[in-house]
Amino acid sequence: MSALVEGFRGFARYLGGVMGADAYQKYLEHHYASGHLNQPMTEREFWRDRTDRQDSNPQGRCC
Amino acid sequence: MSSMPGGRARTADDDLELTPDPSLPPTAVDEAVREAEERKWTPAKIAVWAAIALLGGVAWFMLAIIRGETVNAIWFVFASVCTYLIGYRFYSKVIERYITRPNDRRATPAEYKADGKDYVRTDRNVLFGHHFAAIAGAGPLVGPVIAAQMGYLPGTIWIIIGVVLAGAVQDYLVLFFSMRRGGRSLGQMAREELGVIGGTAALVATLLIMVIIVAILALVVVNALGESPWGVFSVGMTIPIALFMGVYLRFIRPGKVMEVSLIGFVLLMAAIIGGGIVAETEWGAAVFHLDKVTIAWGLIVYGFIAAILPVWLLLAPRDYLSTFMKIGVIVMLALAIIVVRPEITVPAFSEFASRENGPVFPGALFPFLFVTIACGALSGFHALISSGTTPKLIEKERQTRLIGYGGMLMESFVAIMALVAAISIDRGLYFAMNSPAALTGGTVETAATWVNSLGLAGVNITPDLLAETARNVGEESIVSRTGGAPTLAVGLAHIMQQFIGGTAMMAFWYHFAIMFEALFILTAVDAGTRVARFMLQDSIGNFVPKFKEHSWRPGAWLCTAIMVGAWGAVLLMGVTDPLGGINTLFPLFGIANQLLAAIALSVCMAIAAKRGSFKYLWIVALPLAFAAVVTITASFQKIFSPVPAVGYFANNAAFSKALADGKTEFGTAKTVAAMEAVVRNTMIQGWLSVIFVLLSIIVIITAVIATVKAFRNEAAGIRHDDHEDPAVPSRGYAPAGLIPTAAERELMAEWNKLPADLRLEKSAHH
Repeated sequence: MSALVEGFRGFARYLGGVMGADAYQKYLEHHYASGHLNQPMTEREFWRDRTDRQDSNPQGRCC
Repeated sequence: MSSMPGGRARTADDDLELTPDPSLPPTAVDEAVREAEERKWTPAKIAVWAAIALLGGVAWFMLAIIRGETVNAIWFVFASVCTYLIGYRFYSKVIERYITRPNDRRATPAEYKADGKDYVRTDRNVLFGHHFAAIAGAGPLVGPVIAAQMGYLPGTIWIIIGVVLAGAVQDYLVLFFSMRRGGRSLGQMAREELGVIGGTAALVATLLIMVIIVAILALVVVNALGESPWGVFSVGMTIPIALFMGVYLRFIRPGKVMEVSLIGFVLLMAAIIGGGIVAETEWGAAVFHLDKVTIAWGLIVYGFIAAILPVWLLLAPRDYLSTFMKIGVIVMLALAIIVVRPEITVPAFSEFASRENGPVFPGALFPFLFVTIACGALSGFHALISSGTTPKLIEKERQTRLIGYGGMLMESFVAIMALVAAISIDRGLYFAMNSPAALTGGTVETAATWVNSLGLAGVNITPDLLAETARNVGEESIVSRTGGAPTLAVGLAHIMQQFIGGTAMMAFWYHFAIMFEALFILTAVDAGTRVARFMLQDSIGNFVPKFKEHSWRPGAWLCTAIMVGAWGAVLLMGVTDPLGGINTLFPLFGIANQLLAAIALSVCMAIAAKRGSFKYLWIVALPLAFAAVVTITASFQKIFSPVPAVGYFANNAAFSKALADGKTEFGTAKTVAAMEAVVRNTMIQGWLSVIFVLLSIIVIITAVIATVKAFRNEAAGIRHDDHEDPAVPSRGYAPAGLIPTAAERELMAEWNKLPADLRLEKSAHH
């Protein structure tokens, strides 16, 4: 049973990765690992910044 | 690194001393160890590959040689998967060894440009899914369905062989070369490698091709939703659902992507079920019963608004929904086909394989089959995705083979499954659905009479079957529902109802399929309009600098209006075409897409030549030559063919003459206005073909010149300009393939023992 739960969690995590749900996590990791002294953006700020940057830097989606 | 096999390599990375950090374990598996591992054939390994080869061989034999009454769908799965495995294991390694020559000691842009936002090292398996979701859409679901006119075998061979030798090669090379250039776009690479003329031609061609591709994708949606209250309601509901998701993510619970996607998915299902209920009511049928022209105008207005709204409100949330659906749908389709294993009664080669007057798309098998199936075999549009986002996320250079080559194999598999779903329905039904209304007459009686008059073996369709199928899928009529999407939806509903739900569920499955195709297409339309608008702004900006400021509203709105106007005009032309829009325009879609592939491959060839890979340049030259021959032949036939059904100008002349003779109806056009429309449309389509082919020939010629120049320089010992980013030593390690090899695991273990403060921040999970 626990293997099943673990498997499901792994799948959910994978799906989240594909959809970019872990982007903030990765940003924080990068922020701390690269030794920035200033405060990182909050989660709200990060997602705002992310979609706003997409406004001026659109990415194609294929047919 | 010493000299490379297959020619002296002279690019920076080979001569450069990538001094590794002595405090870190090696950042790449030792060359000799990897080589030994690869060349070591244990009995178990030999047995596995022999079994794959044997199974694949048997499957191909069943598909191509055995001529039974029926063929089981499972053979399509085996033939494709075994061929992909062999292509991936053997051919892509040849490309890796002689053309790309990745170097894991070199940092990728995600490492040396890491910013935690755009440049982020991403786990290879996650990135595989991400890249696949970005390249696969409605294309591989539509082309193979339309191409089924010729029988199943030509399409199957082209999809499977084409992807191994052409499509996946293009995706892999563009991804790799763009990664070496910090994620530069195809347009920028063309400019650098081919010079001003080639680069400008490539840019203009790309812009025009995007317009055509967006227009024809939109046409597929319009054809699927015309006179379908259920479809219009449920697809229309995706807009408020996406808006809600956008607001939720921005203001209520930022960053909860999975949560909002699940909510969105549930709402989407509710919209499909609700659509059935609404369409049953009198008011629902009245409000949502729209003709194609109205829907086309709606889509044009929507396209403009969606492209100027902020990304967070509509595009980003719908992208999540679309990705979520994409993965679900593909898993579902694969499971259904493997579990149900439908029997296919379509012949390997149909009567139309040897003729050029097929009702679904006109023209002979060569070259038109090869342009009708673009996505899934060779899709130039992928070059725009493979250069851009994905290269900025790659963790190690060797992973490009899995992501670029492997990702495209996956799309090809989607195309095969779409083909299987479409050919699992009755062949008479297929032709009744996919032939233009001008031929079928639009009613079940006339359609049945017309299909039976075609003299196709084993086809004897009754008006009752057409009416019953329409009733089962919850539509008023399924006659002349061209564009591929409705046929795939009927096929999918046919297979899924055997799996879950029975006939009662068919209407749900049909509208589920229409919904996801529409969702993919609307996302592509939105994103395509935005990308095209930026390209246009940058181009105009060369003359009027103000346009380069992307935040300058009037400029942005004007350029958006121009792009939407351009694809909207082509869309309206297709919707109102008396000859049937898909019939005349779909070849243009395929030609445009593959001309883009020819452009991308040209750029890759020039780069490969400059890197000194002459002996193995055929790996790039072969698909380039094939794409060039196919698309240029197809374009020439579209321009010069004297057969009116094939040649745009021949058709134009025929209708002009009829008008001049004072005729009031001609062929399938029943009024003078319709005849005038044909004259206008064929003229536009003809000139578009001329412009595309000219631009592409310019690009190909400049690429050949660049290649020859590289060859001469090589002979004279002159160094080439290298547009790669400078090599930076890597400080991390990750395995290349899906399953790490023994040597890779050993190295991973060494890295795992490293104290945390010495390690690069971990790239997401695993």
